Amino acid sequence: MLESPYVTQYLTEHFAEADYPTLEGYERFGGYAAARKALTEMTPDDVIEVVKTAGLQGRGGAGFPAGMKWSFMPKEDDRPKYLICNADESEPGSFKDRIMLERGAHQMLEGILIAAWATGATATFIYIRGEYAFPATQVERAVAEAYAKGYLGDNIMGTGFHHDVRVTRGAGAYICGEETGLLESLEGKKGQPRKKPPFPAQYGAFGMPTTVNNVETFSHVPHIIAKGANWFRGFGTEKSPGTTIFGVSGHVVRPGLYELPLGTPLSEIVFEHAGGVPGGRKVKGVIPGGMSMPILPAGQLDVPMANEFLREQKTMLGTGGVMVMDETTCMVRAASVISYFFRDESCGQCTQCREGTGWMNKIVDRIERGAGEEEDIDVLGDVAGKMEAKTICAFADAAAWPIQGLLRHFRDDFVEHVRQRKCPFPGSFEL
Amino acid sequence: MVISDETRSQIDEAISKYPKKRGALLPAIHLVQADHGHVSKECAVELAEIFEIRPIEVMEVVTFYNMFFDSPQAKHHVYVCTNLPCSLRGSRGLLSQLESHLGVTAPGETPDGRIFLGHEECLGACGYAPMMRVDDEYHEDLDVEKAKQILDSLGK
Ligand SMILES: Cc1cc2nc3c(=O)[nH]c(=O)nc-3n(C[C@H](O)[C@H](O)[C@H](O)COP(=O)(O)O)c2cc1C
Ligand code: SF4
Ligand code: FES
Repeated sequence: MLESPYVTQYLTEHFAEADYPTLEGYERFGGYAAARKALTEMTPDDVIEVVKTAGLQGRGGAGFPAGMKWSFMPKEDDRPKYLICNADESEPGSFKDRIMLERGAHQMLEGILIAAWATGATATFIYIRGEYAFPATQVERAVAEAYAKGYLGDNIMGTGFHHDVRVTRGAGAYICGEETGLLESLEGKKGQPRKKPPFPAQYGAFGMPTTVNNVETFSHVPHIIAKGANWFRGFGTEKSPGTTIFGVSGHVVRPGLYELPLGTPLSEIVFEHAGGVPGGRKVKGVIPGGMSMPILPAGQLDVPMANEFLREQKTMLGTGGVMVMDETTCMVRAASVISYFFRDESCGQCTQCREGTGWMNKIVDRIERGAGEEEDIDVLGDVAGKMEAKTICAFADAAAWPIQGLLRHFRDDFVEHVRQRKCPFPGSFEL
Repeated sequence: MVISDETRSQIDEAISKYPKKRGALLPAIHLVQADHGHVSKECAVELAEIFEIRPIEVMEVVTFYNMFFDSPQAKHHVYVCTNLPCSLRGSRGLLSQLESHLGVTAPGETPDGRIFLGHEECLGACGYAPMMRVDDEYHEDLDVEKAKQILDSLGK
């Protein structure tokens, strides 16, 4: 089981308690009181209104407002409705959902139950990436406990409300984190994303109205219902309220998880919380939000970690996975690892994505080997530019952005490889 | 029948939990693989019958996912994560040390079929790098010695 985060706030406050993953432990700290409040004292519309006012944004990468998403679920529709809890976490650099599953499964389930009430959903499918074997056992145990206690199933908390929760394990495919790839996988198919529209709220899992939210998104909900929208807005920025769990990795003294308010300056996360780069070396660049998000150079680390500020620097919060690279790092090698990943994981449905990811990887590797020409650098930028916003899903954009970011801020690294006809950073990580 | 009665009843139970039968296909493949180590042609034919689809459709799903196998596998699967955060903390060096320790080139398996060694993309352990996945278990904050010991302790 993962250690409790170094810095905790309301989400992870009790994660160090050994019995917190159990129902008994969770209730010892007031667990399920928010669900009881929602189901017995609030209408579904009341719940949606509070979540909207709180301004909770999705924590799965795109930052879409959760309350608004819930309100898209059709009301005058007697088909069964479903929720999906996206626990596929496979964006490189992200490892926050894992601890939420391992140590906070009941908190997540309580959020699911409240969301189910708000949207009238009859069942939730929790889709957990296949490699998360241990986290899945924790979630399965929590689900069984909730059924036994009457918090799931028929007549929940004596209200007559019915809700089922199923746990489905994935089988190793990054693209199944994309919400419609996930739906396909859940239906027992290859996880190839669907064309939109129709959107999941109209035609989702098994053809029924469906809302997809991330593990962490659900986990904030009980706190919002228990303590109110204004309390929630006391954390974070005006436009991006609440905390999130930053996962810090790479060249820092204390890599790990830190729950901090949105809007915390990136420099504070890297230098104060994570202890900066070991050995007195300098930072070269930081990827702020998981591998799909463009890198920031050392000079731009004062940016507050919230989308309204990060966008000005042409990047985004993504999943809050902060990857730190020190001055010894070869950014062309980084581009090689990144482009290999996207080439490998493209589902192949769209030509621009399938071909583009392959080309980017090929060109980057040629430059890294010292066999590239200066014009290759421009071609690389062109290929990346042609991949954006023309495909079935956002994977192609996610593949192009980090390469564009590296070219924007570290073009010199690419140029030096071409000039010297070799990698000028022999001390960088091996390839 | 190659799928045991016990597994068959677990598959039936899984089917009862989804609005459409096919929703239980991934769970069923996980179950079959836990018994047989991979999804053989015979297993695929039986799964196809259960799910009322064609065997080729079962195999399409099997080959789409990295964790499903259509051929016999080594006893243990060892994957070192080589994505960026792990690479920054020496995972590629670790992988090459393990390659020489086992005398294999990744991806590949030992001649006695004891260990398959490969690399994998991010496994959600980036803050505890370098790391490897051994079958269903994660081993984190590794150094070369620790990793070698773990491999040596794996049975036949
Ligand atoms: C290629 C790709 C991979 C994604 N992977 C994940 C993932 O692993 N987990 C996740 O929660 N969202 C992932 N997303 C985002 C989902 O599509 C979806 O927006 C999210 O689950 C919605 O939940 P939220 O609104 O609560 O954030 C991914 C998106 C793309 C384009
Ligand atoms: S953009 Fe890429 S990953 Fe997404 S559907 Fe198209 S080919 Fe598949
Ligand atoms: S990069 Fe290795 S676990 Fe994430």
